[in-house]
Amino acid sequence: MEITTLTFLVTVLVFAGFIGYFVIWGVTPALHTPLMAVTNAISGIVVIAAMFVAGAEEFSPVVWEMLPDSVDADKLFYARLLGFFGVMLASINIFGGFAITRRMLSMFRKQGRE
Amino acid sequence: MVSADFFALAYLGAAVLFILGIKGLSHPKTANRGNTLAMLGMALAIGITLLDGRISEYLWIFAAMALGAFIGIPLANKVKTTQLPQMVALFNGLVGLAAAAVAGGEFLRSETLNALTVTGQTEIALSALIGTLTFSGSVIAAGKLHGWVTSKPVTMPLGHWSTLVVLLATLGVAACFSVYGGEATLLVMIGLTFLLGLMLVLPIGGADMPVVVALFNAYSGWAGVATGFMLSNIVLVVGGSLVGASGLILTFIMCQAMNRSFLNVILGGFGAGDGEEVAGADLGDKTIQQAGVEDAAFMMGNARKVVLIPGYGMAVAQAQHALREVMDVLESQGLEVSFAIHPVAGRMPGHMNVLLAEADVPYENVVEMDTINPQFPQTDVVLVIGANDVVNPDAKNVQSSPLYGMPILEAYKAKTVYVVKRSMRSGYSGVENALFYQDNTYMIFGDAKDVCEKLSGALKDA
Repeated sequence: MEITTLTFLVTVLVFAGFIGYFVIWGVTPALHTPLMAVTNAISGIVVIAAMFVAGAEEFSPVVWEMLPDSVDADKLFYARLLGFFGVMLASINIFGGFAITRRMLSMFRKQGRE
Repeated sequence: MVSADFFALAYLGAAVLFILGIKGLSHPKTANRGNTLAMLGMALAIGITLLDGRISEYLWIFAAMALGAFIGIPLANKVKTTQLPQMVALFNGLVGLAAAAVAGGEFLRSETLNALTVTGQTEIALSALIGTLTFSGSVIAAGKLHGWVTSKPVTMPLGHWSTLVVLLATLGVAACFSVYGGEATLLVMIGLTFLLGLMLVLPIGGADMPVVVALFNAYSGWAGVATGFMLSNIVLVVGGSLVGASGLILTFIMCQAMNRSFLNVILGGFGAGDGEEVAGADLGDKTIQQAGVEDAAFMMGNARKVVLIPGYGMAVAQAQHALREVMDVLESQGLEVSFAIHPVAGRMPGHMNVLLAEADVPYENVVEMDTINPQFPQTDVVLVIGANDVVNPDAKNVQSSPLYGMPILEAYKAKTVYVVKRSMRSGYSGVENALFYQDNTYMIFGDAKDVCEKLSGALKDA
């Protein structure tokens, strides 16, 4: 007997929640602003989901030509546009979030060496 | 064809890198390495996804990523440290919008390919709902912090009842979509959720935005978790829940430091009467004592230990560099100087630490509340710059005070206190500050930056 994917994901969620709880409490209060910035970047992980939409196989020219007439090509095109938009927004977060964290941490670091 | 297990293990590796990355922030010395580890995790997750057989078109993906980098990196390099809170709020909102877009795209794809199930629709609904709410709420929060939207609490017609109605309607439509699907239903749900986000954040006053930003930081994580369920992807669930946990803990810390319940902050309306007087300790006919910069310089010149307490007023006046000058002069004369930081000082958790780090104040000189409080009785001079409620002794001593129970910096225990303020206006809470009327407290009226510059000048001359 195998468990369903949903149950597996719930298990992962609960454990990740606990790990998050303990790891976050360990972050020094002085770095709470960089913490928010780096979590901004990490939440950009939704880029993965957006990639699956923007780059889905039905958009490759070969598959696209073979789609039956009953398929609404316009709707699929809008789906792809939304995926593109999602990848772009999430990428702003990833690049922007990591860059600003690095910039902030360099402010803390430059006076670390004496 | 690579097996699904290979992808799962690679995503697990990325998730571990995220955890180690955040763990690096437990100390400034390891923080930069932590950031690099998190970046590696992200690169691994993206790289492995590109290998996935279900993705066969790359052009749009790479174009979108390049565009994101082109917008994101200059934004990060240009933003001023005082504007960090609205920047973080904006980033929260972008993730929310991305999650909503993905949910919409996934719905259109599955619908045209006849691949929709009730579970799938529920996950799409959740993703779109949390994403849209995060987006609209964060945009208002960022607007309030940046001054595009009034920072005063805006009360809704019929107060919170109208918000409740919209909330119930949103949930109803979402349930309907989960069962029956339908493009129009999804659009109505997204519209209602957008409205709900506005209605939730508009009534909250500007000074409570730190809590709101932290909360939507959490939501942006939960939006990621929802998309993770939609696509059955581990790294989305782990990454999202780390962000979600982080946001919730920061929200909790902020509420604790203001001694207000989470509900009290969210229901808003606090601080509506800006500057109105609320009964505090019986001050009798006590009066304040004014002093000049030279007096403060003289007292500090004869002191051994000085504590500086910066508040939001210092950040507004951009006085952090001038204040660092004061610290430098005092240290060169052999004094022990510390900065005392209250958890809600500044406009977001840890904001004051970044402002001081920008001004090259050494990490070791910046002390958290619990560490500095026992040191105040041995402190000769305290200089309060643009802080108010966080040093109000009523919070400890007067049970009837609205601030009672809030943890404060116990500046009132020091031998002499100087308070730099622009005017006698009360703080955000509207409560009179008993500290200002103490016999050992002297007020210096003026702009924080101006006063700090004059002070370091006077100290050098002495």
